[in-house]
Amino acid sequence: MADTTGTANPENAGAAIGVDGEDGVRRRDFINIAAVSFAGVGAVAVVYPLVSQMAPSADVLAESSTEIDVGMIEPGQAIKAVFRKQPLFVRRLTAAEISAANDVALSDLRDPATLGDRTKEGHGDMLVTMGVCTHLGCVPLGAAEGENKGEYGGYFCPCHGSHYDTAARIRKGPAPTNLVVPDYEFTSDTVIQVG
Amino acid sequence: MSFPWAREYQPTNGLMKFLDERLPLPRLIHGAIGAGYPVPRNLSYMWNFGVLAGFCLVMQIITGVVLAMHYAPNALVAFATTEHIMRDVNWGWLMRYAHANGASFFFVVVYLHIFRGFFYSSYKAPREMIWLPGVVIFLLMMATAFMGYVLPWGQMSFWGAKVITGLFGAIPLVGEPIQVWLLGGFAPDNAALNRFFSLHFLLPFVIAGVVILHIWALHIPGSSNPTGVEIKTEADTLPFHPYYTAKDGFGLGVFLLLFLAFVFFMPNALGHPDNYIEANPLSTPALIVPEWYFYPFYAILRAFTIDFFFIPAKLMGVLAMFAAILVWFFLPWLDKSPVRSGHYRPLFRIFFWILMVDMAALFWLGGTHAEEPYIMFSQLTTAYYFLHFLVILPIVSSIEKPKPLPYSITESVLGSDKDASPAIPAAAN
Amino acid sequence: MIRLFGILTGLFFAVAVLWSFGNGAFVAATEGMGEETAEKVFYEHPEKLELPSDGIFGTFDVAQLQRGYQVYKEVCAACHSLKFVAIRDLAQLGYDEGQIKAEAASFQVPGIDPNTGEATTRPGLPTDYFPSPYANTVMAAAANNNAIPPDLSLITKARDDGTAYVHSLLTGYSSPPAELTQQFPNFSTPPGLNFNRYFPNLNIAMAPPLAADGQVTYAPGNPDPTIDQMATDVAAFLTWTAEPTLVKRRQAGFAVLGFVLFATILAYFAKQQVWAAVKPKKAAKAKD
Repeated sequence: MADTTGTANPENAGAAIGVDGEDGVRRRDFINIAAVSFAGVGAVAVVYPLVSQMAPSADVLAESSTEIDVGMIEPGQAIKAVFRKQPLFVRRLTAAEISAANDVALSDLRDPATLGDRTKEGHGDMLVTMGVCTHLGCVPLGAAEGENKGEYGGYFCPCHGSHYDTAARIRKGPAPTNLVVPDYEFTSDTVIQVG
Repeated sequence: MSFPWAREYQPTNGLMKFLDERLPLPRLIHGAIGAGYPVPRNLSYMWNFGVLAGFCLVMQIITGVVLAMHYAPNALVAFATTEHIMRDVNWGWLMRYAHANGASFFFVVVYLHIFRGFFYSSYKAPREMIWLPGVVIFLLMMATAFMGYVLPWGQMSFWGAKVITGLFGAIPLVGEPIQVWLLGGFAPDNAALNRFFSLHFLLPFVIAGVVILHIWALHIPGSSNPTGVEIKTEADTLPFHPYYTAKDGFGLGVFLLLFLAFVFFMPNALGHPDNYIEANPLSTPALIVPEWYFYPFYAILRAFTIDFFFIPAKLMGVLAMFAAILVWFFLPWLDKSPVRSGHYRPLFRIFFWILMVDMAALFWLGGTHAEEPYIMFSQLTTAYYFLHFLVILPIVSSIEKPKPLPYSITESVLGSDKDASPAIPAAAN
Repeated sequence: MIRLFGILTGLFFAVAVLWSFGNGAFVAATEGMGEETAEKVFYEHPEKLELPSDGIFGTFDVAQLQRGYQVYKEVCAACHSLKFVAIRDLAQLGYDEGQIKAEAASFQVPGIDPNTGEATTRPGLPTDYFPSPYANTVMAAAANNNAIPPDLSLITKARDDGTAYVHSLLTGYSSPPAELTQQFPNFSTPPGLNFNRYFPNLNIAMAPPLAADGQVTYAPGNPDPTIDQMATDVAAFLTWTAEPTLVKRRQAGFAVLGFVLFATILAYFAKQQVWAAVKPKKAAKAKD
């Protein structure tokens, strides 16, 4: 307001209006600050829907659970299913694979977990994991027949060379953690419901 | 800046000083819409619409970019993705309603901005090069809005696309091939939808570019004002900031109240129910009309019902519709009155208000069924529209005797200007 | 020069359009302003319908939406799809997860056999959309005397005054009134069509879907399922399907408008303060 606008002497005019001197100045400042603050709050409030619109929409969030029939998987075989648009590995372990997994000392593991922790009670041979490498999200090999299973006989991620063992635990390579076991349950002896 | 008393930018801290010496953006803003832009002190609220139009453009670009994140320009899914935005995307309904009603309010603001220009002859020298890019912006807006309306792929989208591209079919000899080329097919389909989406995304940025030219040109002579008398001294002006930022801030608040009332409480009032029916190439809606902001020009298009000698009615309508806008380009040279403001032009003012009534009638008639008596009304109003700009304006501007102008803007505001009387020497502070 | 050219151009367009006008006026004078038709005279705009969701303070009545859903499912769904509404959306009608799963499973939706890949059907999931009664429009047309039943998801937004339209249309079946047949002796309702004064051309392909009171059995505690009640309920349901965010939108609107109103008042006083110093006194203000 210190503009010298060269108009009809704004300073004088202001003085003539603001009879109550200091009070007037304070009230004026307060209103201007309040108005600008409100504009600022409004602008920030607008950001909220603009940011939130990029979060998953209702139909994506509602992607429901997936039911998978695992009855026909033979020991040593694995199938690939889809859960939330991502691959899901279901592997039926052989006795040799189970003992290989159980023989490893937990202290040797980067992300310690036993095979028992990663399977369901009574279905110790059914290993259900996400088919998403915990390094950068590639799909590891080893689920399909004839694919490279890596040095530890489980899964091998070709992108950056992560090796998973028969319990899908990370053993070698850059991946920080084991392949994720999603929430699932057996709805019958041969059917699992994931999610 | 054109005024010697425009206040120079003074960096207030080290960072601003650093920036000012290397990339003087703050200086640019200071000179464009800050304290460094002297503006006539007597602007009325009719001068709010420029800033509001700029606000609308930014708002449309932001909401449009958001909508493009969720929309798919494919004839199979376009309608469904629009509904997906309305139902499932977080705040998607707000984005879409704000964008759709934002287009309408953008046009409201721009029409008022243009009509302000008509009344105060804002197109006159030395402001022709503000006016001409302005008309270009309006044309680009119309193209953008038309293509945007096609995107939801409802019945009105589809038939609007068909009818508007059909306009080009009126061109003799090459018309039909041009229409097929524009659509990329024999009827609107994927090809048309995709290119309309692409152009609808591009054109707003072209508009933004022309807006920069528009504002640049504005800063050469400075804003016009309600008296039409040019700025003489510093006493005639106020710095844009804080005076007009404060005034525009209040104007923006009033605008937002109206706009948001539509968005939240009657978001479909300005649209057509038919556009909530998915496009169906085999069935035409009972009443095909464009969005309301095209009504005047649509009324002009439909007013030509029979061949005029050797010119087919269809071609005549198309010619008239384009001419109705193109005529605005010539306004600076059609209106030769030395006085700008309608306040001091008694005869012109009468015809201006007749034009406003005429435009209001065209706005109404463009949305009616193509049947009598509406067609006859639209023929009379169309005739006046052309007579006004091309015949009445040149003649009135030559024969009318304007009222005396105030000596200066200051005099019009304060009732006197000490500069006006030669007895008292100009005592500027 | 440019003005002379302008005047000529202006006269050209004006004369051309007045030529059309003269022609139209001549026709109007000699032949009248177009014929009256039965549609123009006897078509009625939908009757006003009051629903709890009306007005800016309106909210949906969940019990009514549930009844309307029941009417849709038992009557309308035989021919009309609801393809933009997902079964999971029923959560907004007050159903819980288990009910929705059961509801979803009661529909058969198109699917593929996981072993052979052949097209088949499977029980629906909450994420599925309401299945269409016909696989495609050709089938829909063939089954309905060439009239394709419109999708109902958006019907109340796709018709002028849509909610009232749905109610009026469902209750507006009658035989053509005597005045109509007197005034337009040639008017007839072709076989397969039905007279309905709320349908724009008066003859609608849809047979009266709500034929008798009690056609749908409402759960105890609900109003009697008269034709009018069922039509009202299904109109309410279709208002919800057309815009499930209706109530949320208005609630957000009150908050936003209240904020903006307050901010605008502040902006007004701020503007007055800024301008106080340079505003001329009232007395000195120049006349316009």
